[in-house]
Amino acid sequence: MGDTGPRVLVIDDELAIRRFLRASLSAQGYQLFEAASAREGLDAAATVRPDLIILDLGLPDLDGVEVTRRLREWSKVPVLILSVRGRDEEKIAALDAGADDYLTKPFSIGELLARMRVAMRHAAQPADEPVVTAGDLTVDVARRLVTVGGREIALTPVEYTLLKTLALHAGRVMTHGQLLREVWGPGYDQGGNLLRVNISKLRHKVEPDPARPHYIVTEPGVGYRLRMVT
Amino acid sequence: MLLAAREAQSEGRGVAIAYVETHGRAETEALVHGFTIIPRWKIAYRGVTLEEMDLDTVLGEHPDLAVVDELAHTNAPGCRHARRYQDVEELLETGIDVYTTLNVQHIESLNDVVAQITGITVRETVPDQILEQADEVGLVDLPPDELIQRLHEGKVYVPEQASRAIDKFFRPGNLTALREIALRYLAGQVDHQMRAYMESHAIPGPWPAGERVVVCIDADPLAERLVRTGRRMAAGLDAEWIVLHVETPEYATLPEAARDRIARTLRLAEELGARTVSLPGTKASEEIIRYARAQNVSKILVGVSHHPRWIQLIHGSVVDRIMRAAGDIDVYVISAARERQHTTEPAAPEWPGLFSKPYLYSAAVVAVAVVIGALVHGVWAQANVTMLFLLAVVVTALQWGRGPATLVAAVSLAAFAVFFGPPSFTYTMADTQYLVTVAALLFVGLVIGTLASRTREQAQAARSREGYMAALHALSGELAATNDLDAILQAVGRHIAATFGRSVAIFLPKGETLEPRLMTPGFPLTENERAVADWVFRHGHSAGYGTDTVPAAAARYMPLKTAQRIVGVLGVQPAASGPRLNPEQRRLLDAFASQAALAIERVELAEEARRGDIARETERLQTALLNSISHDLRTPLASITGALTTLADHPPADEPVRRELLQNAREQAERLNHLVGSLLDMNRLEAGTLRLRTEPGDVEDLIGASIAQLGEAVQHREIRVSVDPKLPLVPMDFALVTQALVNMLDNALRYSPPDAPIEITARLVGNEVQIRVEDRGPGVPPGDVARIFDKFYRIQHDGAGHGAGLGLAISHGIIDAHGGRIWAANRPDGGAIVAFALPVRLPEPSGGLPPQAGDPDARGAGRPAAGGDRASQWATPGRAS
Repeated sequence: MGDTGPRVLVIDDELAIRRFLRASLSAQGYQLFEAASAREGLDAAATVRPDLIILDLGLPDLDGVEVTRRLREWSKVPVLILSVRGRDEEKIAALDAGADDYLTKPFSIGELLARMRVAMRHAAQPADEPVVTAGDLTVDVARRLVTVGGREIALTPVEYTLLKTLALHAGRVMTHGQLLREVWGPGYDQGGNLLRVNISKLRHKVEPDPARPHYIVTEPGVGYRLRMVT
Repeated sequence: MLLAAREAQSEGRGVAIAYVETHGRAETEALVHGFTIIPRWKIAYRGVTLEEMDLDTVLGEHPDLAVVDELAHTNAPGCRHARRYQDVEELLETGIDVYTTLNVQHIESLNDVVAQITGITVRETVPDQILEQADEVGLVDLPPDELIQRLHEGKVYVPEQASRAIDKFFRPGNLTALREIALRYLAGQVDHQMRAYMESHAIPGPWPAGERVVVCIDADPLAERLVRTGRRMAAGLDAEWIVLHVETPEYATLPEAARDRIARTLRLAEELGARTVSLPGTKASEEIIRYARAQNVSKILVGVSHHPRWIQLIHGSVVDRIMRAAGDIDVYVISAARERQHTTEPAAPEWPGLFSKPYLYSAAVVAVAVVIGALVHGVWAQANVTMLFLLAVVVTALQWGRGPATLVAAVSLAAFAVFFGPPSFTYTMADTQYLVTVAALLFVGLVIGTLASRTREQAQAARSREGYMAALHALSGELAATNDLDAILQAVGRHIAATFGRSVAIFLPKGETLEPRLMTPGFPLTENERAVADWVFRHGHSAGYGTDTVPAAAARYMPLKTAQRIVGVLGVQPAASGPRLNPEQRRLLDAFASQAALAIERVELAEEARRGDIARETERLQTALLNSISHDLRTPLASITGALTTLADHPPADEPVRRELLQNAREQAERLNHLVGSLLDMNRLEAGTLRLRTEPGDVEDLIGASIAQLGEAVQHREIRVSVDPKLPLVPMDFALVTQALVNMLDNALRYSPPDAPIEITARLVGNEVQIRVEDRGPGVPPGDVARIFDKFYRIQHDGAGHGAGLGLAISHGIIDAHGGRIWAANRPDGGAIVAFALPVRLPEPSGGLPPQAGDPDARGAGRPAAGGDRASQWATPGRAS
């Protein structure tokens, strides 16, 4: 496919992971660039100008959170975090610092490709989409209209803002902190119960079975995601 | 009882019905339904088949809780124990909890009161100790009229027995009286528990009340009543009580029946919790008073004399003598006719110094002999008058010892010479010879008397030795019975204080210093005294008052020494006035000290052994972990390697075969990932490094997230979720509790058939939210219900997937870290229940209104951010059990 595909920079000190990503992603038409440390990665990000960065959290010289923060000082390039289980705090910190999504090792290549597509699509279309559709759920941002299977759903202003925020980042995880800041504004960082109660109310309105949510998915310990259902 | 048992069962405890009498009542039978019922043991006895509790089967089944009806029941001949309460005691000893019932008229100490009120003597009684040992006594109270009505309706006995029972026993008057007795008894028990609680929580004081009651018994039938009264009195005063019997020489001549009665009474006293003592002695009153003084007894309980009046006039009554000699000890006399207590004011000793002036009395004896001699002089032969003086010498020697007897002999000789010799001292040779005879006779009398009095002294010495042995025995018995350091120290302090009447302190090493662990009131603890105790501890020799080292100290300190080492120091304050310890008592004190040292060392060794056990257990788990890792890690790795090498080296031409190899490798990789995750979780839990990020969590969300995490495993499974819409938010670390629930669900999926539904329910019960996962699998093998939370526990059965046996252990650790509970049980109709409960912190009174049922919008709206408050987060690190 030559050098026309999207440019992906992989920052990971594990050679095995880089080899596996190179093999898998090249086959999908991506152009792969590799860095084995944070400094190398930051340099490469400036010189290569990638369309997407896949960043491992456990780097030898700088942690991934710091790398994300430095990247965000000058670039809006989508960043996908790779992490292992049990490092939830770092994961949330990286997302709050501006990373777009995360994947827990081990992951399947299908999952990775789906997340990459979502991240790059959001980067390509920064403007508000007028209508977001996920399965039977439709959020018409322009008309402030929410329907499930064509039926209009009445939402309180807070519930609507919450759903809209999730819809505008559809497919991506939103941390508790991000949602609180987006919906209630700064200063509500500790209002975890406000968020939980409203998510629950929202689910009771839009989900067919609120106990097994279909659209608004919980990422335990991290946040929520509006699932892109096809 | 059955309702309580049901509650216990719903909490996940294994409940078995060991014996319940339904009396054919449908109501009761309905209550019994749903429990494991252990079949009764059928015994053929004289052509009748009797049914009894099958003790061995209950022991074999070993339920957590056994339900045993009618505690007072007498077992059929052929059972191991004569009485059911003994069966229950055996169950309790093996660690089985027991719920049981008992009618008030069957309580031993109330037996005579009940008989008095109802006119019916109940034969089946249960020792009070059983009730005192009970963790909880609940009263099933019913107004008498209602009870009689229930009887008439046949709800208490089967109808054909009802009318007879009502007529005989269940009269309203009787029932009201019994009800009052029951209420009073229970109130007394509750009061006792309260005081015990207060005492156990206010160390070092208050020191147990110094009251000690001695009940004196003999062969009189009144004795049993005395014992029961004594028990009530002791319980009322919270006093230690002792039942004392003096074995006088008469004892040997008593008829068999009377001796039996004494033995029975003593046994009864032991059953009621008394310490029993039998002392040999010549005079009961003297022995009783001596014992009472030695034991610091505050109250003596005696029965009125049963001898006819004329015998009392001649011999005097034991009661009178006790009262006279009691001094400041209160004497209670129980009358024979009706039970009534007469309190005698502490009687002043009638003749002070009665025994301290033996010489005066011996002089009086000579005077009496002279008077009698003068009366019979001339009538009797002279030799007989001599005999009179001989008698005086022997009596004096017997009564007051050698000194006075010698005096009597000398005075008698002189008196004889003066009064009964020849007039005007005109002694002839024959007369002089006669005087020699008299002197010789008196000398013989003196020797006899001396021998007799020596025998007497020896007997006395033997008696006091026996008293010491009894004291030592009592202490060692008490020390052997407990493994608790504080109880041992208390016992030592109490016994020394009682036996020697002195203040005591026990010092034990704590780190580098020596700390007083126990002190009776009045012990003069100063810096100086501590220094002496410290010296004793370091050098292992006695020091302080009465020794060569620091004799100026206020107390005497002796090392608590065992063969190996010095475990502590015992300090004994000398009596402010009164005699110093005699050598015998000092030896006894030493014996006490060595007993105490051995007991303390035993406790310390037990503690060390326990620590060793823990270390061994840890080692065992580590071995199991290594085995598990080597097996559970290598098996999937082998599959993956196998699949990949096949694909690389010998690629199968067949597409489906290739797919299968790849699919297999992928599944095994997931299994490996799961295992590594579990091991890491376990490790974090055990290392105590787990930090909870507690925030208010939505239980419905929790269940949804857990199901979602199971991914493909639940794709084709039916999962029924039922969440109480009124549930509040629960403080939790959402990610960890999700993990706990995922493990529980994973377990349920693994151990149940693919077409059986899994049920998840969440409810608010009291102050906690309970979440249950129920499956339709084979359930948990009986006896393993508590073990399924152990690490590496796996149920062996066909079709179980390969788990590492860590899932539920991790769930347990996580729930524990949240201060919650987790338990398992079997469903009555098949399948297992694994459930956990998390505490809900209720909103502050000023906070939002409680959510309304059926209104989802009200769920938690406006509730204060209880869990979001950083200060309220759990700070305790998680610890796996």
